[in-house]
Amino acid sequence: MTFPQRNLPNDTHAMNETPRLELTDVHKSFGTKVVLNGLNLSLAKGESVVVIGGSGTGKSVMLKCILGLLRPDRGSIRIDGEETVGLRGAARERILTKVGMLFQSAALFDSLSVWENVAFGLIEGAGMAREQARIIALDKLAKVGLDEDMANGDPSALSGGMRKRVGLARAIATEPDIIFFDEPTTGLDPIMGDVINNLITECVRDLGATTLTITHDMSSARTIADRVAMLYGGQIIWAGGVDEIDHCDNPFVDQFIHGREEGPFALEVT
Amino acid sequence: MHNPLAIVGRFFLGFLATIGRLSVFTGKSLAAVVSPPFYWRLCLQQMMTIGYYSLPVVGMTALFTGAVLALQIYLGSARFGAESAVPNIVVVGLTRELGPVLAGLMLGGRVGAAIAAELGTMKVTEQLDALITLQTNPFRYLVVPRLIAATVTTPILVLIADIIGVMGGYLVGIHRLDFNSAVYLKNTFDFLEVMDVTSGLVKAAVFGFLIALMGCYHGFNSKGGAQGVGRATTDAVVSSLILILISNYLVTEAFFSQ
Ligand SMILES: Nc1ncnc2c1ncn2[C@@H]1O[C@H](COP(=O)(O)OP(=O)(O)OP(=O)(O)O)[C@@H](O)[C@H]1O
Ligand SMILES: [Mg+2]
Repeated sequence: MTFPQRNLPNDTHAMNETPRLELTDVHKSFGTKVVLNGLNLSLAKGESVVVIGGSGTGKSVMLKCILGLLRPDRGSIRIDGEETVGLRGAARERILTKVGMLFQSAALFDSLSVWENVAFGLIEGAGMAREQARIIALDKLAKVGLDEDMANGDPSALSGGMRKRVGLARAIATEPDIIFFDEPTTGLDPIMGDVINNLITECVRDLGATTLTITHDMSSARTIADRVAMLYGGQIIWAGGVDEIDHCDNPFVDQFIHGREEGPFALEVT
Repeated sequence: MHNPLAIVGRFFLGFLATIGRLSVFTGKSLAAVVSPPFYWRLCLQQMMTIGYYSLPVVGMTALFTGAVLALQIYLGSARFGAESAVPNIVVVGLTRELGPVLAGLMLGGRVGAAIAAELGTMKVTEQLDALITLQTNPFRYLVVPRLIAATVTTPILVLIADIIGVMGGYLVGIHRLDFNSAVYLKNTFDFLEVMDVTSGLVKAAVFGFLIALMGCYHGFNSKGGAQGVGRATTDAVVSSLILILISNYLVTEAFFSQ
């Protein structure tokens, strides 16, 4: 499947600077099911990109390929210019020190307390002392609206939205260069959603982080994105500034952001 | 499709593939044992869950096995007037075979299932993926502490089981079979050889290793949701019990065939 490729992410910023993250022609299939089919995406340093797309189009798979949790069948994924596909062991760990990730399911460790979850990257990854890591963890938890009582409790005692916020605190705890958020505001009330949006914006503004956010929440996308990219059919079929989405002539994007049932998206029953 | 040769062939290929995957997994685990960092705290924690909390079940098993062994051997040996051999046969049978094997089977059920269920749940809830993104190797963080804890604590448990089992036989011997207490104890220790105990402890270490390995392997390879974790748990228990019985024969051969 090919699409009219206009506004490719690569030509929206200067080519002379190495992108923080660059995916070129990434393919990934599970058996006969093609999920990513020649995906191209590039993030400049300090940029906040939001990827939108229907459920099951491969957004989470794309993130797992970037993290090296899944190995793409073909294509290149560069972080700060360094090819990461196929990296393992110590080389992979070195790349991952630059990265933070909020999983769609939060993926908290249920054998550890809430604050130990947040401090995990600091203690095990960066080798920080527990006491110092605890202070930072409590600070990050406060930023996502969770107090010390909850920090000492078990993740299993939290609601879905709270778990999401703990996962977010864990993703930003080590202040990484690149942060991936897989549906950060899903399951949150609108006010807490706004708190999280601001937090993500703050990460970009204050820490200079580059963020790649997956969301179905268009108001969240409008708040945090510098650029929006739409994933469909295993490719980025449209990418452009956040101000362009309302009057772009791409029928897919138009249908998606207005949430209409009629349009080029066929309701795919498989 | 129903060609019997094809079925045999497919089964055989599947078997080889499993052996291959298991070998890779074992290799990765052993490599992780010898490469830092080593998580002491987790290792001690696992020793508590695997070793200490298994004491009651292993102790009960040993107590009643020793007791029933004394009764049965008495009944059998009375047919040719060899009742005085009861203490010797009880202690040798327990230390060489029944102590390690029965403790191993109980631990396979208790510990193997617990490890597979815990790691399987971590796998299907993406906690293993999260560990990796936080620059922590799941083999070092999860597999190594369990392997070491099980390999170290199972022999200790079996040693305790040996003692409790002999005690069970002793209680039956003096209360039900009218043995003299001092004679029973003397016969127990006079005929016991160091090799009887050490071979049992070596077996125990092998069983402990296999139980933890099966639990970790099936946990790490579980797929799907609750059903997948359930299947992983069953597979871990069944495979560890079978491996215990097979390796028991092999270790016995190695020790006593010369
Ligand atoms: N490990 C896997 N094995 C087989 N198929 C998979 C695997 N992971 C994902 N898929 C398939 O890949 C497709 C994309 O999944 P993915 O989780 O990336 O969707 P998504 O875009 O994140 O959707 P959502 O918005 O609902 O989270 C799905 O059809 C899914 O069935
Ligand atoms: Mg997803």
